[in-house]
Amino acid sequence: MNTADLVREIAAYRGRPLTLMEVCGTHTAAISESGIPSLLPPTVRLISGPGCPVCVTVSAYIDRLIELATAEGTCVVSFGDLLRVKGSHGDLRSTEGARVEMVYTPFKALELAENDPDTTFVFAAVGFETTAPIYALLAEQIIARGLKNLKLLTALKTMPAVIRTLCAGDHAIDGFITPGHVATVTGSALFRELAEETGKPFAVAGFTAPSLLAAILALTRSAGKASLFNFYPSAVTEEGNREALDRVNRYFEPCTAAWRGLGAIPHSGLRLRDEYAHLDAGSDALTEDHVPAGCHCGEVIAGRCAPADCPLFGKACTPENPFGACMVSMEGACYHHYINDRR
Amino acid sequence: MCVAMPGRVLSVKDGVARVDFDGNVIEARADLVQVAPDDRVLVHAGLIIQKLSVTEAEEMDAIFAELRKMTEQTDEHR
Repeated sequence: MNTADLVREIAAYRGRPLTLMEVCGTHTAAISESGIPSLLPPTVRLISGPGCPVCVTVSAYIDRLIELATAEGTCVVSFGDLLRVKGSHGDLRSTEGARVEMVYTPFKALELAENDPDTTFVFAAVGFETTAPIYALLAEQIIARGLKNLKLLTALKTMPAVIRTLCAGDHAIDGFITPGHVATVTGSALFRELAEETGKPFAVAGFTAPSLLAAILALTRSAGKASLFNFYPSAVTEEGNREALDRVNRYFEPCTAAWRGLGAIPHSGLRLRDEYAHLDAGSDALTEDHVPAGCHCGEVIAGRCAPADCPLFGKACTPENPFGACMVSMEGACYHHYINDRR
Repeated sequence: MCVAMPGRVLSVKDGVARVDFDGNVIEARADLVQVAPDDRVLVHAGLIIQKLSVTEAEEMDAIFAELRKMTEQTDEHR
């Protein structure tokens, strides 16, 4: 069997119509860029899920970042994608007087804080289980180095509770392409439990076309059955990275998190434990979400609406002038449907 | 945002590894994974999150082995 065989076998699917979800934003990018949707038969629909951290972040969080970035003596440090996401009144990039540093790694914030002790730096700590260990190490380093001028504004999310919410919704999802790098950290056992609980198949995939196609083929063959497959065995083990999970557990605890399009979901987020509250820049209670008029990002994230069905898609909302977060992020469903003409 | 890239460790010093990505060399923290020179690793936003256990070619074999296992199990239930 080779990759061409995978394509042929998927195309030969003649069962009932299926809706499969790729939960991870990096999968959304890999699937769209490789043209996989165009290889699927009409009976297999692949939709993007709530796995792009920028897309699921609510406007209250962006508003708080802007408030911090424009405060005297404060600088927000962030990954690039977040800078163009709109809050209630604007985005970080275009807010006059906003002081923002864009970085590739959160650890760069340590240098910034050490080199400029008169400025308070706030790291925009968004992400999933993959990124949470980095923030745990950042917290550890802030304490170890005695830095008083570096804090975190957290909007950290975790996968199990949001997947349960999707399964309990009124739109049937027949199987999940499981986030490969989340599973690298958590281990695949977490998703075996979810498969058994929801009665649905889960296929852990890497980011190559063969791995993703194998996952799609396995899900089409296993619809309606609780099962777990691992098509990313080089990185994903049953138990995951225990050291990373222990470190996250040391600094963070589960909390209710607000998701764009899905609302507040108990146990779907992480917050700094109370003993580390001095490292927090005001993350609690950031739940309000105002989306631009006409924007369907919330429905897209929840799998209730295809990007092209949003009235703004490709007209008022484009990658050059994005209205919704899903068009801003390079992992967003709308961005990829637009850039790669995904259907 | 969960992007992670595979690279090869060149050296490790004080918990920081120099990792080669096809000629681009960056530094990545190695706090959470024990690594040594020549190890293949997965780096996410400046942190090594896992040591890669097999090569790309071996991974392809493992993917098709997993599919064969699924097919055999499906056939058994027919």
